[in-house]
Parts: sequence; C-alpha cells; structure tokens
Amino acid sequence: MSYADKTRDLYRSQLAEIHNAGIFKEERFIHSSQSADIEVEFPSGSDLKKVINMCSNNYLGLSSHPEVIKAAHEGLEKRGYGMSSVRFICGTQDIHRELENRVTEFLGTEDTILFPSCMDANAGVFEAVLTSEDIMISDRLVHASIIDGMRLCSAQHDTFKHSSMEHLEEKLQLHADKRLKLVITDGVFSMDGDTAKLDEMVKLCEKYEAMLLVDDSHATGFIGKTGRGTHEYCNVFGKIDIITTTFGKALGGASGGCVSGRKEIVDMCRQKARPYLFSNTIAPVIVSGVLKVFDILSSSTERRDKLEKNAAWWRAGLTDAGFILKEGNTPIVPVMLFNAKLSQDFSRDLYNEGIYAIGFFFPVVPNGQARIRTQISAGHELHHLEKALDAFIKVGKKYGILGLTRDQIVEKYGM
Amino acid sequence: MEDTNLNEMKDLVLNYVTKEYIDDDDVRITYDTPLISSGYVDSFSMVSLLVFLENKFKIKIPPSKATPEAFDSVNSIVALVNQYLSK
Repeated sequence: MSYADKTRDLYRSQLAEIHNAGIFKEERFIHSSQSADIEVEFPSGSDLKKVINMCSNNYLGLSSHPEVIKAAHEGLEKRGYGMSSVRFICGTQDIHRELENRVTEFLGTEDTILFPSCMDANAGVFEAVLTSEDIMISDRLVHASIIDGMRLCSAQHDTFKHSSMEHLEEKLQLHADKRLKLVITDGVFSMDGDTAKLDEMVKLCEKYEAMLLVDDSHATGFIGKTGRGTHEYCNVFGKIDIITTTFGKALGGASGGCVSGRKEIVDMCRQKARPYLFSNTIAPVIVSGVLKVFDILSSSTERRDKLEKNAAWWRAGLTDAGFILKEGNTPIVPVMLFNAKLSQDFSRDLYNEGIYAIGFFFPVVPNGQARIRTQISAGHELHHLEKALDAFIKVGKKYGILGLTRDQIVEKYGM
Repeated sequence: MEDTNLNEMKDLVLNYVTKEYIDDDDVRITYDTPLISSGYVDSFSMVSLLVFLENKFKIKIPPSKATPEAFDSVNSIVALVNQYLSK
C-alpha cells in the first residue's frame, strides 16, 4: 500500500499543528443563494441560522440578481453547459470573444484575454511577458495570487513598502539597468481596504520607463465614478499597461478572470500563459451571466452609488461608536482588534447576534493586526446595516473596547 | 577580522535591514533575530539586500549562495559577506 500508516500519521500531525495554532479553517455551509440575508449551517450538523452576511465580495449585489440568472439560463440553453476544451483547441465561442471585447471597452484598455480565474490570470501573466533579464517590483501587500505568479516567473523580483512612493522610486533607480521593469500593485488592497496611489505610480513608471500592473479584483465594477476601477478613481484611465481582475466578486461572483491591457501583452498571454493554455475555457453559462452584468453596469451607476452610500454610512457608524478602523473609502472596512483570540471571540459573538463577519489574524494579516474584515454590498439595505451596527456595539461593549486606542486594546488583550 | 570591524559590519547590516524592511516602530531586531523565517523580510525582497551588500562591501555573491537561510539573520548575513571579503 502506498499510503502507509506513517504517511497518514505525518499528515495527521501536521493538521493537529494547524488546529493547535488556532488557524484551522472550517467551511460554513450556506443553504441559500448569496445575498445580504443567508441561512447558515454552522457548526456542521447544527440547525440553520438566519444571519446578515457582512463578509462577501458581492459588492454590487449581483450574485443572485434575477436578470443575471435569466441571462445565465439563456446562455445555458443556447450555448450548452460545457465546452470540454481549452480555448485554443475548440473552446472559444463567439460569446467568449464578445466578453473580452466588453471588458476591453469597460476598462479602457487595448485588448483582453479571459482566464478561468484571476488567480490563474496572475499565475500566468508574469511568466508570459518577462524573462530573467527583467525585474518585477511589487507592493509588499499584494494578493497571494500575485506572489504565486511571480514565483513562477524567471524575472528577478523586489518589493517596495506598502504604498510608499519614495521607496518605489528608490527601487526603480536601483533596477534601472534591467531590460524591462514591471511595477505591480493591487488597486484596492483586500485586507486593508485602502487604494493604491495609481496617479503617482503612473508618473513614476513614465519617468523610469516601467510598466504598471494593477490587480483590480476588489475594484472593478464599483470604484471610480462609473465603476471602471481604481484607474478611473485616480484619474489615470487608459494609462495602465496591465489590469488583472475577476468576475468572481462584484461582477456576478461566479468565477473567471482576465488580463486586460496592451495588445502585445494580451497576445503574449494568448501564446504563452500556461493557465490559459492548459485549463478549460470559462463555461458558457458564466460568460452569459457576466455579459448581462456589463449590460447592467453600463446602463446605470445606481448600484455602485448605493454601495458607496452604504459604505460611508457603515464606516461613520463604526467610527462614531468608538471602533478603530483602517483608513480608506472602499466597501472593505476592517475593524481593528489587534489580538488574534479577541478577533475570533468577537466574530463568534457577532454570529450569535445574527451577524456573519470573519476575524482575520496572522499569517493572513501581519502579527498584532488582527481584525474583523467587514465588506459592504449594494445588496445591503439600511435595516441590515443598522442591525449589524447594533450587534457590533453590543459585542464591543462586552469586551470593553469602544473608544479605546490601539495601545489600550493591546494592553488589555495583548498582541 | 577584528571584533570592532565585525561589529561595525553587523551594525551596518542591522541598520539597513531595519530601515529597509521593518515598518513597525515597536519591532526591534538584533543580530540574531530570524528575519525571513519569522516573516520580517519576505524572500522576494532579498534582492535589495543582496545589491546593498555587493555595493557596500565591493563583493559578488553568487545567486546560489544568496539563500533565505544565509540571509536569515544579521549574523548569518555578515558571515556570508566575510566569506567573499576574504577571497
């Protein structure tokens, strides 16, 4: 037998270590469609509990939108369930190219290539366009998928301190001799909810002849006055060389992602990006749903406007109540608790109050930076937010942290 | 190498690592503090340190020797530098 007892024991001891470290991840079974109100089975086998979802990436509330579902049904009927092929063999339908064109138009780029996910887009893009003669310079807080993508690429890599333009400029000077330079950042940082300084980054990239890649997964569809993304928000629309983004968050939330940007870069991805070459095409049903999402977004900014209003209300409510928040003006609103155990206890108590929000701690966020990350949606109505705020205040009072400074919370609960 | 010079080298590296990598004012690193294995320095950021060492000490460290293990503390970094200073 190849799966020997000692192999099983090895894995069991590793899993026990994860358990003992308090970082074992458990899935919570949701028995409803994704929305502000969900029914959750947790722990496994327990009765269903109705809770308000404060932690999904369903920023625009389109995950279960009737028009999107209807379009997906029609796509299923007209184009079938699956394609049983990668794109370049027999997996490209007319609607795949139509979606690429829609994304290109929406993001203001030259061309777009679809990937099974943005994780795959990030895994494939670097290796496709850079070699060992080149340098990648990334913000230190970029998403894990970018880090994995850079690991797969033979180009050298360096980092700059989070959002420090002075440090980025130092690095651009340090690596001035490299053939190609690619600066890499998230548009909106998923754990902190802050926004990259794309206007300054574009200037630096122009000055030092570097390309700029932005992962706008937590921005596409709602950041910027018409929701085009962080580049619209920073007034550098049309100036980003490479944008990677996802359809798995605001844009319907199913799956799929893309690389959108300079034509030659997209062409290189189509020839060389391994997740594109060796992974199945996006299912027609999803492509059809995302096309409808773009119809909705192009016809009105109502949903992103509502999201902006909801996020401002939520941020103001928490601040007035005495919580410490990470600064920002996106729908990602991290409530800082600093202590890992406190973040877990706080999350559990919120759940008991009917609020579903997750606590994050090291290594997902830096040590001593534990938090409850809340994410606001256009699917939230005022009554959702009011109930959630009441619950946060109740639990905050229980732990005696309202109005305390960081140092006071750390003194009370430790790092 | 004399102790004075050795400590000066260590301080030089310690100051660079602190300035370059440590964002939290509450964190104080020492010669022995694990840098990469403890998460203070991402292995992706090592290239800056490598360039700093090569420029400062006028040496060339082969990529195969610039490993996360060799760069994991000020002490191990200085030991690596000394190998190439003496060559």
